[in-house]
Amino acid sequence: MAMPISGVPTAPDATGQLAGTEPGPTGTDRARPPASHALARMGRAVRSNRKATAGTVLLAIFLFAALFPGLIAHDSPSADAYTPKLGLSTAHLLGTTAQGQDMWAQLVWGTRNVMIIAFVVGLAATGIAVLIGVAAAYLGGLWDGTLSLLTDVLLVIPLFPLLIIIAGYAHGGGTLVLILVITVTSWSYTARQLRSQALSLRHRDFLEAARVRGERRLYIIVVEVIPTMTSLIVASFLTNALYAVLFASSLQFIGLGDPNTQSWGTMLYWAENNAALQTGQPMWAIAPGACIAALGAAFALLNYAFDEIGNPALRPVRKKRVTRA
Amino acid sequence: MRFALRRLGFFVLTLWAALTLNFLLPRLMPGNPALAMLSKFHGQLGPGTLHALEVLFGVNTHKSLPAQYVSYLHQVFTGNFGPSLDFYPESVTSVIGGAIWWTVGLVGVTTVLAFVLGTGLGIVSAWRRGGRLDSVVPPVFVITSAIPYFWMGMVLVLVFGVSLGWLPTQGGYYVSTDSPGLNLTFFQDVLSHAILPAMALLITTIGTWILTMRNTMITTLAEDYVRMARAKGLPGRRIMVDYAARNAILPNLTGFAMSLGFVVSGAILIEYVFNYPGVGYLLLQAVQGEDYPLEQALFLFITVAVLLAILVADIATALLDPRTRTAG
Amino acid sequence: MLQVSGLTVEYAMERGAVRAVEDVSFDLAPGEFIGVVGESGCGKSTMLFAIAQLLVPPAEITGGSVIFQGRSMVGLTDKQLAAVRWKDLSVVMQSAMNALNPVKSIGAQFRDAMRAHGVTSKAEIAGRSAEVLRMVGIDPVHLKSYSHQLSGGMRQRSMIAMAMLFTPDLVIMDEPTSALDVVAQRSLMVQIKDLQQRLGFAIIFVTHDMSLVSHFSDRLMVMYAGQVAEFGPTRQVFDAPRHPYSTGLLEAFPSIRGPRVPLTGIPGSPPDLARPPAGCRFAPRCPRVMDECRTTPPALYQAGRVQVRCLLHSSRNEVLAPGSPAGSVSSVATGGAAGSAGSAEAGGDE
Repeated sequence: MAMPISGVPTAPDATGQLAGTEPGPTGTDRARPPASHALARMGRAVRSNRKATAGTVLLAIFLFAALFPGLIAHDSPSADAYTPKLGLSTAHLLGTTAQGQDMWAQLVWGTRNVMIIAFVVGLAATGIAVLIGVAAAYLGGLWDGTLSLLTDVLLVIPLFPLLIIIAGYAHGGGTLVLILVITVTSWSYTARQLRSQALSLRHRDFLEAARVRGERRLYIIVVEVIPTMTSLIVASFLTNALYAVLFASSLQFIGLGDPNTQSWGTMLYWAENNAALQTGQPMWAIAPGACIAALGAAFALLNYAFDEIGNPALRPVRKKRVTRA
Repeated sequence: MRFALRRLGFFVLTLWAALTLNFLLPRLMPGNPALAMLSKFHGQLGPGTLHALEVLFGVNTHKSLPAQYVSYLHQVFTGNFGPSLDFYPESVTSVIGGAIWWTVGLVGVTTVLAFVLGTGLGIVSAWRRGGRLDSVVPPVFVITSAIPYFWMGMVLVLVFGVSLGWLPTQGGYYVSTDSPGLNLTFFQDVLSHAILPAMALLITTIGTWILTMRNTMITTLAEDYVRMARAKGLPGRRIMVDYAARNAILPNLTGFAMSLGFVVSGAILIEYVFNYPGVGYLLLQAVQGEDYPLEQALFLFITVAVLLAILVADIATALLDPRTRTAG
Repeated sequence: MLQVSGLTVEYAMERGAVRAVEDVSFDLAPGEFIGVVGESGCGKSTMLFAIAQLLVPPAEITGGSVIFQGRSMVGLTDKQLAAVRWKDLSVVMQSAMNALNPVKSIGAQFRDAMRAHGVTSKAEIAGRSAEVLRMVGIDPVHLKSYSHQLSGGMRQRSMIAMAMLFTPDLVIMDEPTSALDVVAQRSLMVQIKDLQQRLGFAIIFVTHDMSLVSHFSDRLMVMYAGQVAEFGPTRQVFDAPRHPYSTGLLEAFPSIRGPRVPLTGIPGSPPDLARPPAGCRFAPRCPRVMDECRTTPPALYQAGRVQVRCLLHSSRNEVLAPGSPAGSVSSVATGGAAGSAGSAEAGGDE
């Protein structure tokens, strides 16, 4: 589990505006920046920003491993067909577990479970967050009050203990339970950020123009507002995916996921159960943990890069010598 | 004043939400888990204890749901959380009492350290933009803040405990040899046992403080009043602290509240890895041992602790920012 | 007292350096009031901050010099500048809401400024703070207030009071009236002029409101796209503008008295300073553009006591290279009385 980084004040009462707001196109603020523009600009920005490139590369590696594990690891992850507790070798890149399974295979095949959780929860939680955040900002009044209250309460209630208890009651569910439970509880942080930005957009000129044209509220929300928030929505997805990975792995680690699924978290669970660190099999614990850290770092780097892209003031500054006239 | 009242109202609401969750969860789960628990312990529980459990979990009762809710709330407010099943016949409250100080010590000290060091480093890093410190800080800490807490713990166990053998890696003190109390050996052992878990917690949490502080500081440094302070010829240190940092830290304090949830998770996982006898470890034991009364009470306890910490952060913000005071 | 010579400021952007200020030169005599006007983005605020050495990266001075009271200011560190700052040179910014520290009381900020310059006695600090506040018509009880508790006009005035703490020789003002309503604007201007006459400091006053400043300034500088378009005694620039841009600016303001005339703006928009046009920067929008305007960038020409960057006046003497700007009030202007071929402007030359 790691803590959220944000380059911007996320409390909506501190500043009504988030620096994550998409910078307007050069020229007047009046034109609505279309979503395709935003995506193209993001593409360019990703290529030029070092952190973004690093993050993208890492993510790509993991995606590849999740989609085509058979190409990278030749053994079956669950077959306990080998001599247990072997060290690193060319036959077994990471050695074998105490049950005689190939660790490299487990690691590679486990990627799929992690990526599924990351993307499904990421998308679902972001979807909920967008729905609630933008609705609260646009409906205003009592709706806003209630939705914001709900969001804030969920934000404050310690989620991990809650997840532990729910998973405990469910006697450790499989991946589906994990996904459901995490999605339902973790959308509040990003919902708050999205609401903040939606609020600050309410009074932008191009929205006024849409209102004056007589467009209906729903149309305005879907067609005008949400595309403008693209960069924050992408950042929210990254945040939610990151937390999904960390929460899920942590739950699996303490034994509340299904211990028979192939995943990094479950590898850690078995490693801990077999006292891997103390009995000379450090790779069993270190390798999956390193992967979680790397995937987490990929999401975090991309998120950080998005902060810099959205707020040019944060970009790296080369210290220059003052020219003497 | 209105501001304070609104905040208090929010806290009460959150507490109520946590209580209600506690109430609803066992009743909503398929096959009320409490039934299984009760049948396990059937003959051993006294009638008073049995009743307390029934109220908490809604078994063997013919009352309607709302009536159950009322008696549940009543019981909770009289501080009766029932017996701990793992540690029977100790009551839940006494079990928790034995564990809180370990967690408060570990988490409290580490969070304060992380906040102080992290904020300080963030301020300096932003002030000397483009300098050596600033080019190293963001990438390094972006990565450290993505490291899962438990993994950091495991790495430390491996390096310092197993390989180098410098520091102990299990428990809060040497259970077999130490006698808890006011003696030097006990203190020393407590300290030596606390170092690795504290380091794990510190390394993984400090990143966020540094990065958020740095980023808000950078935005603040671009403000007109900082430029004005330079124009007045104020010494650099004063501008950095009094004009920039004092303003930059405000959003951080609000963010502190949100990050508490993560500190809690981190504490739980790290205590697990190190078998550190705090509240987090207790929670995990309770879940694995199906000690439902203990679980429930711990959840409430942790929620209250988080709310209290938020309250402190709010007070600090009100003290530092005159705008919140007058805005009401 | 102040000599600015060939000042050039660039912003280092990813797509290349953007020259926000190019080759600005002027002299300032003690007690003089210079107004600087122009559209948003013409570089006037940047020039102001460059003079006060308050630029932040990515902006930096890439050419020219600023000599204040005989000392060169460019390239000095903040520490070296501290001795001069506020004592001899103070700054008033556009929005006091943003320029005053929101978490400190006004009095505390006055105190910081005074302590930074060696005034430590509490009595002295309190006394002087109260005195400057009274000078701008604010009750000293507001020393305890925070900036968000004061009205807009009061905030601006307390900023001016703060600028007066050491009765500096030069006060630089960046659009101090822009955030106020029309009535408050005028009363603030009167107050500023009054203070100037009492205390004798020089002012460089940047604004987009030409008519406002022209009642109070001694000389007026019109900037366009980072360059000086026209510069000279206010009455001359205002009554008989020579640069087509200045003419356009003036015609954009309706006059309350006088015949009704159609309001003309200036069509088009200012050039992108990352890729400035070859030739005159105003050529794309100029109603009196000639063919050579698009290819030959005009230098600054001397037309009587006014400098103007327009090829319409190129037969005049060219203003000499940086170091000896020939437009100061103290020096007698040379040249160009006769030979006004090509100039459509009549008279006004001395």
